[in-house]
Amino acid sequence: MEIVGQLQKQYVDFINSLFREGYLDDQYVQLQKLQDDSNPEFVVEVVSIFFEDSEKLLNDLASSLQQQVVDFKKVDGYVHQFKGSSSSVGAQRVKNACVAFRNFCDEKNLDGCSRFLNLVKQEFYLVKNKLETLLRLEQQILQAGGTVPLIE
Amino acid sequence: MEACNCIEPQWPADELLMKYQYISDFFIALAYFSIPLELIYFVKKSAVFPYRWVLVQFGAFIVLCGATHLINLWTFTTHSRTVAVVMTTAKILTAVVSCATALMLVHIIPDLLSVKTREVFLKNKAAELDREMGLIRTQEETGRHVRMLTHEIRSTLDRHTILKTTLVELGRTLSLEECALWMPTRTGLELQLSYTLHHQNPVGFTVPIQLPMINQVFSTNRAVKISPSSPVARLRPSGKYMPGEVVAVRVPLLHLSNFQINDWPELSTKRYALMVLMLPSDSARQWHVHELELVEVVADQVAVALSHAAILEESMRARDLLMQQNVALDLARREAETAVRARNDFLAVMNHEMRTPMHAIIALSSLLQETELTPEQRLMVETILKSSNLLAALINDVLDLSKLEDGSLQLDMGTFNLHALFREVLNLIKPIASVKKLSITLSLSSDLPEYAIGDEKRLMQVLLNVVGNAVKFSKEGSISITAFVAKSEYLRDPRAPEFFPVPSDNHFYLRIQVKDTGLGINPQDIPKLFTKFAQSQPLTTKNSSGGGLGLAICKRFVNLMEGQIWIESEGLGKGSTAFFIVKLGIPGHSNESRLPFVPKVPGNHMPTNFSGLKIVVMDDNSVGRMVTKGLLMHLGCDVLAVGSADECVRVVTPEHKVVFLDASVPGADTCEVAVRLHEKFSKRLDRPFIVALTGNTDRMVKENCSRVGMDGVVLKPISVDKMRSVLSELLEHGFLAESQ
Repeated sequence: MEIVGQLQKQYVDFINSLFREGYLDDQYVQLQKLQDDSNPEFVVEVVSIFFEDSEKLLNDLASSLQQQVVDFKKVDGYVHQFKGSSSSVGAQRVKNACVAFRNFCDEKNLDGCSRFLNLVKQEFYLVKNKLETLLRLEQQILQAGGTVPLIE
Repeated sequence: MEACNCIEPQWPADELLMKYQYISDFFIALAYFSIPLELIYFVKKSAVFPYRWVLVQFGAFIVLCGATHLINLWTFTTHSRTVAVVMTTAKILTAVVSCATALMLVHIIPDLLSVKTREVFLKNKAAELDREMGLIRTQEETGRHVRMLTHEIRSTLDRHTILKTTLVELGRTLSLEECALWMPTRTGLELQLSYTLHHQNPVGFTVPIQLPMINQVFSTNRAVKISPSSPVARLRPSGKYMPGEVVAVRVPLLHLSNFQINDWPELSTKRYALMVLMLPSDSARQWHVHELELVEVVADQVAVALSHAAILEESMRARDLLMQQNVALDLARREAETAVRARNDFLAVMNHEMRTPMHAIIALSSLLQETELTPEQRLMVETILKSSNLLAALINDVLDLSKLEDGSLQLDMGTFNLHALFREVLNLIKPIASVKKLSITLSLSSDLPEYAIGDEKRLMQVLLNVVGNAVKFSKEGSISITAFVAKSEYLRDPRAPEFFPVPSDNHFYLRIQVKDTGLGINPQDIPKLFTKFAQSQPLTTKNSSGGGLGLAICKRFVNLMEGQIWIESEGLGKGSTAFFIVKLGIPGHSNESRLPFVPKVPGNHMPTNFSGLKIVVMDDNSVGRMVTKGLLMHLGCDVLAVGSADECVRVVTPEHKVVFLDASVPGADTCEVAVRLHEKFSKRLDRPFIVALTGNTDRMVKENCSRVGMDGVVLKPISVDKMRSVLSELLEHGFLAESQ
């Protein structure tokens, strides 16, 4: 069970680093708590939906900002959505970026919006990457016969 | 002499002789001529006469004979040759015809003779037929008689009438001299003369049943000729010259049980009556076959009619009996009703009369409690109040007792502090005991749980009653109360052998002993102790009566608690001990299903199981929706997640207890949903709790939410614990005290 131990240690280190760097917050831990025998793939499912939703949202955002006449209300709506879903998943940095984004929407600052769209996009892909790695690690641990350690 | 053509007679005619010959010939001719005339006349008259040709011949013969004789008239005197020729011709013709006729007659006469024979034969036949017809007519008449008789017999259902009619009709139809019916007696060993036609002999005459002749008659269903000298037939005063023939036939006496569906009861009946029929004496009459048949038929019919009559009698008797019973029952019922009403009235009145002063005591004592009192006084007032409350409870229980007896009383189960109960009883009793200088000790075993589930009020009542009795009936000494958890060996008491308690994980048996050094009880009186209002004699001293409802009520309560109560005493002056065992529940171990929205247990722990709780979550963000749904499902709820306000309003039913509206949908939507939900469920009971989930800590949001009638606001992010406490607070209190 050397491998399991190793993997687990790897996992713990990684997830702690994510917490430290602010990629994930406590909400992710809450999500993990919701995973139980009746719902064994809960986290994976939620995260997948988050990824899908976010892709779509980002596209919509991009297209709406490229309009001749930008509907800031609509943009604000999208950003609000994105903020909601990212905070539900615990993607902290994305959420923070969204919050700032909304300010620009309120000011109807197109430049700022475009800039922040990029930022948000960036943060999103970052956290996506991290989450995918994390989930892969989890899978490996499970396949090796171990259990995923829970972080408090 | 000259030769003349005349022919002269040979001798000279004597004139007289000649004259007579002449006349005779004339008459002969006349007769001969008239006979055919007569014949023709009469034949013409009769329609049928087959021998006309013969007649013609005969007629011709006669006519010619007559002619001959007529012509002969002329030959007496000298006559010419013509006459002679005519004479000769006539004679010749006559000769021819006569010969022909003679020849014909040979043929005819046998025929005529045979006709005669046939006639005789037919006459005989007619006579015979006449006889037979007479016979048939007789039979038919007999048949008619039978029918009429049967009709008469069957037209009545009265036994006596049936039998009487039978005898009368039979007597009439068959023209009997005497007809009698012998019925078997109760013992079945004798035949008793029951009915006779002419009352000639005393009824009541008996004959043993085992006579061979009687057996012979009983063994067949045919009418049997018996000797007129047999005992059953010896009914007539002797002295008649020649008694007529006697016939006896059996009459089966059928019972209700003999009527099978398929077979007519032939062999199964054992009881027969005997019908004896006697033809008139001094007549040459014999019993004809058809008469015997008639008798047999009648006997059968009589049997059937009798059994019908018996059935009818039976059913009439049963009906009368039933009616009597009905009347009696009705009377009893009315009496019972009256008694119950009287009791209820009495109880109601007594209740009221007792309650009024009680009410005064309680009210004034509680008022007194409010005033300035010294600690001593306060203690006293409290005791007064407690006692009067107890008394009020007792008064209630007087009514309860009647309910107890109906079986309609139910215990109020609840969790209570067992130790505190004992202490309270002690406190209540101590003042009285100290007045009487009795010492009271209470010892509770160490394994007695602190809390128990049961009917606290009534347990206290029982305990108080028992302890109160102990105090009441002790002039001096001490009273000890012991309570412990009954182990199996203590549960079986010789005094209560039917009691087989089975302790389980959820329950335990509390056993309490109250021992006093008082007056004791006479062992003979012990059984009466628990009966209502029963007095035991020696206790009618200056003490208040030992009777009353107290112990009876206690017994009933204890029984309801699935326990036993009994008292032991060694005798008068030796004190007594009361024992009772009751079944109490153990809190925390019991598996009462606690549905979160009916929180009965006033415990401090939160219900952790919301299983089955139906919730609707509205969130248009799919990630958020999924997270909230997962959260609630983790807590065991049955969650329906929707993504729009319309869908939300549509799917919410009275079964759903909570609706979570995620207010990340900016602005009016969540409020709108709340308003619409209020509209949809106008009745408070149907409407689920509406809670908003928001990340916005703005005061405005909270105000808006409460304005539209939301039951609470929850701040996101929501942890499992937070959701748990939100749900439990909602279900316990119906709203969220502050935004969590």
